[in-house]
Amino acid sequence: MPTKLVVDCSTGAVEEIELTAEEIAQREADAEAAAQAKAEEEAAAAAKQAEKEAIAAKLGLTAEELVKLLG
Amino acid sequence: MATTYEAIATVTVGSGGAANIEFTSIPATYTDLLVKISARLTGSNEAILINFNNSSTNLSSKRLYGTGSATGSSNYGSTVYVGNATGTGDTASTFCNNEFYVPNYASSNNKSVSSDGVTENNGTTAYAILDAGLWSNSAAITSIKLIPNANNFAQYSTATLYGIKNS
Repeated sequence: MPTKLVVDCSTGAVEEIELTAEEIAQREADAEAAAQAKAEEEAAAAAKQAEKEAIAAKLGLTAEELVKLLG
Repeated sequence: MATTYEAIATVTVGSGGAANIEFTSIPATYTDLLVKISARLTGSNEAILINFNNSSTNLSSKRLYGTGSATGSSNYGSTVYVGNATGTGDTASTFCNNEFYVPNYASSNNKSVSSDGVTENNGTTAYAILDAGLWSNSAAITSIKLIPNANNFAQYSTATLYGIKNS
């Protein structure tokens, strides 16, 4: 069972406590949402790169040369 | 001279790791809060998210990042992120260096968060990240939870909560 560290700021006491079922469910939902967001970001980045390369190809340049030209 | 930064509490993760780190019973006697994080995860490099008062609603954030070879930005409609933590794909025994600031945490206004952080990696990809977050809630913040998107905080990860006075 995963645990969390809880610091009570009024006393300074640190406790190691098992996650509740609700916290585990939230953790799983967060992980799923993060994985989806990451996949979307990667897809967007890949599409952007492909678009750049297509433009560069039309101009007879490599993508790196196009970046240098625009930079 | 007046003391501005006061360490309220600090925690270091033990050998078993930790899924979350939570600061509770935060006193309302400061004007702002600052949290400094040095963390590594037991799995891959992932973002760290936070919530306040155990609320997982009315959270949003915007991220700007650089990886060393690319830059980008992201919008998150239901999460506040505060940088990434290094993971098993990064150089061994390296930890992220992140911090986030919460002004007027005890006021009845919505709570803003600004964060900057870097992950350490002696390789081609290392993140430099700025996050801006919002918790749309009028309650005073009395607890803060740090949660990796996946995996657990590894041993020797630390988080320190500071109260800011006279800001």
